Amino acid sequence: MAFLNWLKRHLVVIAGLLTLGYLLLPNVVVTVFSFNQPKGRFNYEWQEFSTAAWTDPCGVADLCGSLSLSLQLAAWATLGATVLGTLIAFALVRYRFRARGAVNSLIFLPMAMPEVVMAASLLTLFLNLGAQLGFWTILIAHIMFCLSFVVVAVKARVMSMDPRLEEAARDLYAGPVQTFLRVTLPIAAPGIAAGALLAFALSFDDFIITNFNAGSTVTFPMFVWGSAQRGTPVQINVVGTAMFLIAVLFVVAGMVVTNRRKRQKA
Amino acid sequence: MSTLTEAEAPPPTAPVPTAKPARRRGRWTPYLLLAPGLIWLVVFFAMPMVYQASTSVQTGSLEEGYRVTWHVATYWDALSEYYPQFLRSVLYAGTATFLCLLLGYPLAYLIAFRAGRWRNLILILVIAPFFTSFLIRTLAWKTILADGGPVVGALNSLHVLDVTSWLGLTAGDRVLATPLAVVCGLTYNFLPFMILPLYTSLERIDGRLHEAAGDLYATPLTTFRKVTFPLSMPGVVSGTLLTFIPASGDYVNAELLGSTNTQMIGNVIQSQFLRILDYPTAAALSFILMAAILIMVTVYIRRSGTEDLV
Repeated sequence: MAFLNWLKRHLVVIAGLLTLGYLLLPNVVVTVFSFNQPKGRFNYEWQEFSTAAWTDPCGVADLCGSLSLSLQLAAWATLGATVLGTLIAFALVRYRFRARGAVNSLIFLPMAMPEVVMAASLLTLFLNLGAQLGFWTILIAHIMFCLSFVVVAVKARVMSMDPRLEEAARDLYAGPVQTFLRVTLPIAAPGIAAGALLAFALSFDDFIITNFNAGSTVTFPMFVWGSAQRGTPVQINVVGTAMFLIAVLFVVAGMVVTNRRKRQKA
Repeated sequence: MSTLTEAEAPPPTAPVPTAKPARRRGRWTPYLLLAPGLIWLVVFFAMPMVYQASTSVQTGSLEEGYRVTWHVATYWDALSEYYPQFLRSVLYAGTATFLCLLLGYPLAYLIAFRAGRWRNLILILVIAPFFTSFLIRTLAWKTILADGGPVVGALNSLHVLDVTSWLGLTAGDRVLATPLAVVCGLTYNFLPFMILPLYTSLERIDGRLHEAAGDLYATPLTTFRKVTFPLSMPGVVSGTLLTFIPASGDYVNAELLGSTNTQMIGNVIQSQFLRILDYPTAAALSFILMAAILIMVTVYIRRSGTEDLV
């Protein structure tokens, strides 16, 4: 009876933790299998422990090339989408203008569209224009679908900003440029950073839109996709595990720093 | 519920006056700010849709080129040939969305109300898988669901597989290459998109409302049904949309975890475009998918009564 009562009180916690397990299980498998030494071409069955892949992460042809291409693409796409998206967000929050509804739906629609539709239609455009598929077409596509997410992230931050701060700056004889650089931009920075991070993650991991518009260019997700057909090298798991660890480290470090700052202020 | 901590929650701060729009100076400023981004979206998002619509009513061949002939029959042919894949997409994506809600709600609830000082850690763990390429994580399901593996073995000895294969979800002793594997992959891949909006709307709920419901003799179940769940509706709506829309167009899970009998509409569009090179049919299929999604989303948003999604 006591056990049943305990179970009843903690049912939500148990169900939630089971879901968390479901979410993390693949990552555990990816990590464990980065130490595998597969017999055949595919790394789906456990054979024996080995650190061979960790000591030689670039040992597979094209893997590191595709990785560096993906990083470059993500960096440029983040830059483009963040600049364009931030400008739109400021216009939406700070100004009244005609056709506001149309602008809002043009920003909302790319997020409400299955990726495959955007991918296919963009490819029709490129085919009709006779564009050479490759780095530039991927970059164009990535900026396009990351833009809306940046707008949403930055908009939320700018909307919650107290306009009196800027008025105070103007009252203290700061010019418009100075006010923007010294007051507005620093306050909006967390929103812009969040948007940029999101854009980077979206671009780096994008497969569907890239698959349609890449031609014969191979990004990292494209490399993984191809290897699912040809044979999966262990190095893929090494890259996946390393990315996971680096990201978690960054997030935890960021949290420690903010916590410390909060405590200092308090 | 930990009543003490919630009672101590600070009262909501005074609302910040909203930014006042419309400054006289710089009537053109908003347009200048909007122009670069909007031009990008018009040229690379809206115009492609027009090109696609035009391609879908063209006839011709790769060698001789295509011309617009208003051949609307392409739509009919595409629908009558590929309606099973359309139905399957709706069915799989719908099931995955429902499962995401079922699995995601307890976790979102846990993070919002019960996690205490573990809250940030659990949130990080929900987001962290994103940092490993989703293709690698989807491939990991091939290992997890492998024939004769521990998961399949356990399901088999519990006679779960007997039930699922009777329902047509699995085939014999296999889980891989069956609808169950595809739905499992879809659910897994889009689960965070359900959890995060759910968490955001649950977190906004004032804990004192729970206490009030309890004071008025509501059982925990009634409190959830009459207070918590209705207040979390915005999260439910945006979560289901964020899950259903990408899931319905997905072809990665069906390709990696399924078989030719589990192909979704995304698989057809992909192979028509990139392998068979039948552009009019591919464009028509993609157009139908887009229209179907837009109609479904509009109806859904109208019925659930939440307008502000962006």
